[in-house]
Amino acid sequence: MPIVLHCHKGIGAAVTGTALVAKDNFSARYDLDRKRGAFSRPTHALAGRSYAGKILVLDTAKGGVATAWMLHEMKTRGIVPLALVFNRVNPILAQGAAFGGVTMVDRFGEDVTDLIRTGDTLRIDPEAGLVEILNRDR
Amino acid sequence: MLAGEAGEPRRWAIRHQIAVGEFFDAADLVPVSQAHIMADTESLGEAGVAFLERLAAAPEADRRVRIPTLTDPRGLDFAVYKRLGQTEAMAALEARTIAALKSFGVLMTDTCINYQTIMPPTRAEHLAMGDTGVVIYSNSVFGACSNFEGGPSALAAALTGRTPRYGYHLDGCRRPSRRFRLDAQPRDLSEWGALGGIVGRECGSYWEVPLIEGVDAAPGSDALKHLGAAMASYGSTALFHMPGITADLDRRRPAGMPAGGRRSETITRAEIDAFVAAYDATGDKVDVVVFAAPHLSLVEMAAVADALAGRQVHSDTTLLVATSPEIKHAADRMGVTQRIEAAGAIVAAGICFYQSYAGEMAEANGWKRLLTNSAKLVNIIGGYGYRPTLASLERCVDSAIAGRVV
Repeated sequence: MPIVLHCHKGIGAAVTGTALVAKDNFSARYDLDRKRGAFSRPTHALAGRSYAGKILVLDTAKGGVATAWMLHEMKTRGIVPLALVFNRVNPILAQGAAFGGVTMVDRFGEDVTDLIRTGDTLRIDPEAGLVEILNRDR
Repeated sequence: MLAGEAGEPRRWAIRHQIAVGEFFDAADLVPVSQAHIMADTESLGEAGVAFLERLAAAPEADRRVRIPTLTDPRGLDFAVYKRLGQTEAMAALEARTIAALKSFGVLMTDTCINYQTIMPPTRAEHLAMGDTGVVIYSNSVFGACSNFEGGPSALAAALTGRTPRYGYHLDGCRRPSRRFRLDAQPRDLSEWGALGGIVGRECGSYWEVPLIEGVDAAPGSDALKHLGAAMASYGSTALFHMPGITADLDRRRPAGMPAGGRRSETITRAEIDAFVAAYDATGDKVDVVVFAAPHLSLVEMAAVADALAGRQVHSDTTLLVATSPEIKHAADRMGVTQRIEAAGAIVAAGICFYQSYAGEMAEANGWKRLLTNSAKLVNIIGGYGYRPTLASLERCVDSAIAGRVV
């Protein structure tokens, strides 16, 4: 039986992919080398890690408004996270996901960065407000 | 609008707003009196510019904005881009973006200090502001109501004249949730920014509202500007309260904060000093000194000119000052620009450095060590490969003259 996590109704299409988890925050402008598709900010918990095609599981959004455009630009080039799973996002991430057509969910009952591990296979259903961890049952 | 009878741009806009509004459980849309669009070409990319051009190709009646709509800083100042190592391709993308925005009827103010220079908001005015520094200043100092509205959402608000009613449009979201007490007063703009950074980092979420007590005297517009911009940058914070100074709260006990209330966290001189010291690089060669982020007021421009008076920027160091087109015109007229440029510095209008292909500029010019009095810029620019140092305006200028951090 997969583990089922409930969250608020999200944005975008249902997807299945691999999780990349950290107890850190997110800004496309502050943290990413968007050409290479990797975290570039030296102090970020995922510094040096590639995010392309991954489901990013992080705490919250930080910083500026640029992410609202950048997710769309990243998606057009195909070097973009598959989905964003956060404890709580800010308006910019929600707007950016809606504009760019990137799957995103937030507002779980518990700290989602504790519930999901890097490498987990996740199925996200934004419409239903569900995230399933497919590769383990506890 | 949703059915498309008002044209494709408004159909796109209302669909986008419904998607965002539903995500945040907004009950309805609230009319807004101004929109402010962040649309720098580095963020937009070719894809974003092409999107704007597609909407801008609609018939005039379908594409005109319904409320006064301003722009945040651009990616490139055509008067100085070659000196900064920016390319013709960047200039071409910029020109296409400007043409598209103008065809919506957007006012090209190109500034992040529109609250100081264009049209200060008023209390309880609902807005769709597209720069975190503008939002936090408008909400806090003036008591206006805006969420962070990214470029697409601010454009949507401009086209429909309204925005989803959630977050800081609702009184319930505006109550203080964290309490800080100052044990020491910031001494200059860089320290007001440092204080903003400390509070923002502590709060760490868009949904936290800090209350800051113990401010001795009204800090003034530029200090609150640096405080708010840094808080929004480090914490994604959109509203702070300073009893007796900011608009929502007077000297009475704030609503929702009971007498014995939440424990307040004390911010000491040692913490402010440690925040600044974390970026220290005394003795290092300085590649570029930047006064920007937020744009400089006329008062700050004059202070830079005074600090430079009669001296020359070191030949291995670039000193860049960025302000709004309005302030640049004023500075030109008053001889302030000439005094700054006589020292070998560059004055740019309508760009704000980090929104201006900062990574490419670093590569083109061999820039690494950056000195600034903006805590916001220090926070952002690390991701672009710079090593930033925070210092007072005077120390920044002295270092630019010496060519190393003094």
